[in-house]
Amino acid sequence: MTAPFGRRPCEVVANKASGGYRIFSLLDREGPPPEPGQFYMLASERSWGEGGGRPFLPRAISVAETAPAKQGVRLDFLVEGVGPGTDRLCELGAGERVWVTGPLGNSFSTPKQVNPEAAGAILVGGGIGIAPMAIWRRHLVERGIPLRVLLGFRNQQHSGGLEELFCAGGTLCPDIRLASEDGHAGHQGYVTDLLVAMLAGDDAATAVVYSCGPPAMLEAVRALCAEHGVACELAMESPMACGFGACFGCAVPKRDGGYMRLCVDGPVLRGDAVAEVAHA
Amino acid sequence: MPDFCGIELAHPVINASGTYDAIAARKVFGDALLEDFPFSAFVSKTITPEPRAGNAPQRIWETPAGMINSIGLPNKGLEGFLAEDLPQLAELPVPLIVSVMATNREEFARLMEAVAARNEVAGIELNVSCPNVHSGLIVGEQPTETEALLEALRPLTAKPLIVKLTPNVADPGAVAVAAEQGGADAVSLINTLKASAIDPVTREPALAAGHGGLSGPAVRPIALQQLRAVTAITEIPAIGMGGISSGADAAEFLAAGATLVAVGTENFRDPRAGSRIANELETGMYETPSRLKTLDLQ
Repeated sequence: MTAPFGRRPCEVVANKASGGYRIFSLLDREGPPPEPGQFYMLASERSWGEGGGRPFLPRAISVAETAPAKQGVRLDFLVEGVGPGTDRLCELGAGERVWVTGPLGNSFSTPKQVNPEAAGAILVGGGIGIAPMAIWRRHLVERGIPLRVLLGFRNQQHSGGLEELFCAGGTLCPDIRLASEDGHAGHQGYVTDLLVAMLAGDDAATAVVYSCGPPAMLEAVRALCAEHGVACELAMESPMACGFGACFGCAVPKRDGGYMRLCVDGPVLRGDAVAEVAHA
Repeated sequence: MPDFCGIELAHPVINASGTYDAIAARKVFGDALLEDFPFSAFVSKTITPEPRAGNAPQRIWETPAGMINSIGLPNKGLEGFLAEDLPQLAELPVPLIVSVMATNREEFARLMEAVAARNEVAGIELNVSCPNVHSGLIVGEQPTETEALLEALRPLTAKPLIVKLTPNVADPGAVAVAAEQGGADAVSLINTLKASAIDPVTREPALAAGHGGLSGPAVRPIALQQLRAVTAITEIPAIGMGGISSGADAAEFLAAGATLVAVGTENFRDPRAGSRIANELETGMYETPSRLKTLDLQ
């Protein structure tokens, strides 16, 4: 399914705080439902670049959840204000409009598509990167695929989205384990500590790991999976001006040399296709 | 119906080289791209004789009303372009202009002749913002280098030759005159302005290459001035570009002497910016509201 050609205005139908993050929802009357892992290029219709200044370019935001709506598709995005673009998205008011291009990019493969022997999935999300794990988790649950979800946060201030995206009836879904560096939730330490323990288990070899999060975490996940011979798919991020292959800004080094464009070749990449995930 | 060097175009809005990958866009948006193609002619990314991987990331950086890029001209090289890309670009519903670059005259001639020989190609844009390895000088920064290159290339094709001018010179008019004297059919301007950004966290250059080229509305007044300077002293048509985001902007470039306008950075924000701008031009939607005149300086 291709994206509608061009950008279109979508109405903001909700925007609320969730821990240190915000979750806002758009009503998309034209586009197809997104697949897990896909993203949209977003820019508010007003106060976005006109009259000069920043933000200027649209921002690539992975979709966290979607649901059929009366007149289209509801799109939920999890954001944290970390610069002029995400600050503006955090401020979106109900009724205002956002320019939307997408859904863009590829999506996660099922465990069996990655490895015919695979029996289950391990999802590893860090920080704002828990967003695509939410929509992917729902798809896997609906297909009856066994899974474990590991979610990590730096601290309470830099966390959120759990209640809206990973809870049922007010309690965290039973397949989910948490980690936080400050110990405010779950295991005190990195989410990759939980992954290490899980990969040491007997059934780890028949799992496929899916991950999204900060580059240092993704690199740790990639290296751990390589070490244990477990296949993984990483939903990555890269500076991106356009989202549809035009700007060539989102270059990611390939394992066998050269670069790929994350927007059209990703954002979901096989761990063994990428060179080391660059991180500061 | 603008006539550009004998090529009839549906409207005066084309794309700037390197700002639209029609092959990738068709995969993303499907054939809807062809049904409402945003430009009246399509300019390819720059092709070089050999394949190039492009620069290491970080390649782009957002700036006030613009962006800096140092992409490094990734492309498949002449052979790969002719075999893989040209057949797909030939399916576009508009004339094709191919941008080429090489680092010495012999290679430039070989590349340009091979591209110009193809029926699918309506015109050639010469990217001269590169060094001549023999002299070490950036061709497009030197009137003598530019004229000598044109004199070498002109006899090799009857198709329109467009010289893409760099703004990073004291006198772009002198380079434009040299291009005209060398036999160029048109000039296009401006290319990006040399620019840097510092990462506020690391205090290191934000781009891996250290510097790049600035584009977007931030450069528009500079582009207009250079366009006026060039069209005042040359007879050949000019393609004006530099931060055009609306029909109003395009109208300013046409008023400053451009025959066509090209859209670059705005394509990243709006994949259909070309058609939108052409439509705004045609319908006169660009007319400046009179109240703005009185508020201009406030």
